[in-house]
Amino acid sequence: MLGTTVTLAFRAIMRHKLRSFLTTLGIIIGVAAVITMTTLGNGATAAVREQISSLGANILQLRPGQGFGRGGGGPRPPDFKPEDVTAIAQQITGVRAVAPQAQSSGQAIYEGNNWNTTVNGTTASYFEAQQWALESGRLFMPEEEEAGKPVCIIGGTLRRNLFRQEDPVGKRFRIKGVSCQVIGLLATRGQGGFGQDQDDVVVMPIKFVQRRFTGNRDIGLIMVAVDDAYETATVQASLEDLMRERRRIKPGDADNFNVFDTKQISDTLTGTTTILTQIVGAVAAISLLVGGIGIMNIMLVSVTERTREIGIRLAIGAVANEVLLQFLVEAVVLSCLGGLIGMFLALIASIAIAPLMQVPFIFDWQINLLAVVFSAAIGVIFGYFPARRAASLNPIDALRHE
Amino acid sequence: MANDPIIRLRGVTKTYGSGPTAFQALKGVDLEIERGDFVAVMGPSGSGKSTTMNILGCLDVPTSGEFRFHGHHVERLDRDQRALLRRKYLGFVFQGFNLLSRTTALENVELPLLYRGEDRQTRHASGLAALDKVGLKPWWDHTPAELSGGQQQRVAIARAIVTNPDVLLADEPTGNLDSERSIEIMELLTDLNRNSGITVLMVTHEADMAAFARTIVHFKDGLVESIEKGARS
Repeated sequence: MLGTTVTLAFRAIMRHKLRSFLTTLGIIIGVAAVITMTTLGNGATAAVREQISSLGANILQLRPGQGFGRGGGGPRPPDFKPEDVTAIAQQITGVRAVAPQAQSSGQAIYEGNNWNTTVNGTTASYFEAQQWALESGRLFMPEEEEAGKPVCIIGGTLRRNLFRQEDPVGKRFRIKGVSCQVIGLLATRGQGGFGQDQDDVVVMPIKFVQRRFTGNRDIGLIMVAVDDAYETATVQASLEDLMRERRRIKPGDADNFNVFDTKQISDTLTGTTTILTQIVGAVAAISLLVGGIGIMNIMLVSVTERTREIGIRLAIGAVANEVLLQFLVEAVVLSCLGGLIGMFLALIASIAIAPLMQVPFIFDWQINLLAVVFSAAIGVIFGYFPARRAASLNPIDALRHE
Repeated sequence: MANDPIIRLRGVTKTYGSGPTAFQALKGVDLEIERGDFVAVMGPSGSGKSTTMNILGCLDVPTSGEFRFHGHHVERLDRDQRALLRRKYLGFVFQGFNLLSRTTALENVELPLLYRGEDRQTRHASGLAALDKVGLKPWWDHTPAELSGGQQQRVAIARAIVTNPDVLLADEPTGNLDSERSIEIMELLTDLNRNSGITVLMVTHEADMAAFARTIVHFKDGLVESIEKGARS
């Protein structure tokens, strides 16, 4: 019986092709919008998570100042000193690696090529903390770090712009007017979590950078990699206690440094994209609701228009529920068709738009299934009232209806 | 039992509305119709003939009195039970044909079989057989718009007889047709009555058409005025 009803519904829908199409347009647009937005949103979240995970897992970043900036008025909070790094390494348990960073920037020159790049003064622990491997060459020797020798490890972007096709390892080039020897080449990392090119860098021993470029012993950033066996939060707490003590901050006073957990940044950013996805999805869901009202409207028109047909069906022996089912199935078939067409459009739109937004296309079968089930539900909900009206018609009056 | 009338009305009244505006359409109708009869119901408008037909067609229930059809007390049945009675035993032919538009003749004829849950092949075979009986088999794939009035009424008759009903109710079946087509339709009904054993109940106001019937029932003021034997009895 249900199979016959579905056949009948298809016949009725096909009898008014244009009207049926226009009716389902609301559902089509609604479903397409919900799925496209969610798919792209999921892609964006995945992209952000991917980029942030390139910062390295379980890494705490220690910076002077409050919040993300260096803080408002008042005296500028002091940078860290090499002694702070030693203290962290020796006094805090659960630390896998500690790497100080002193940054500078300047022009690199090799033969006819020159390129402006970032100079990152650090230690070999930096690569360990970030789990950043070398493509070729070697890391700094302890004695090179100790003496601040002019040796460097360069990133892929610098290598490409400075050395072109040549193998850079063993070559010498000038950075900010100082000659240095390339001992290693970093594996390519690509874009960082905030859009910067992580491969446009030259890494040198921190003592060399401090002596020749910054002219002080200041350390702008300390990177602390937490051992997997320890809780990041515990390590973060003891790190904060240690730094308050070393920077002589009185109890009750605010910190003049801060500790970022990269995972926390990751969670915050993906949380933001998730909320955005949900908001846009909700707006799109409203258009689904409007589409449902459109279906109810046209079904009511259809019931009035087909009053005589309903009368005929009742006269030849259709029971009320069969008439109800017929109109209900018609509404559900309409809305399901809309859902399927919308799903198909969303698929095309997502595949087309994802590359433009530079996010991966991730097919989420759950949201697709949900959207189709939801549109079927809309058919049932908004089709029920018109169907009830059809089923409750009096056959005599219905047959007389002009 | 076999000689029991298929239809028996006893003191049937029908009142529309209530209170001072109430209108009594039937004032106590007694009527018996034998199996296999061909009955024409006549009377001026407002005489109660349409109300009687609606009750006989199980589309409406009497306000009081008794209507026995096939042994059922129809006045005690609910809407859906009456629908099932119609599905099983009754066929309808209307003045306005009442075919589904944009639907082929065959699909129209198959419609009652859908509600009987017949499968596709059975529907097809029975539908074509019914169309053949009314002489429209070659027109099976035409929609009502592509058929003449007489042809449309014959499709409607095919739809009414496709389920092999016991009783065929025809409400002014020739009302919209010219006299030549009308006679064709009447001959078709007579043939179905004689050769297929279908009891035919027909409302008409044309004496020429009533003359095809075996029994003519005259209604007046909500009562049966007289019962006479028709020209072809």
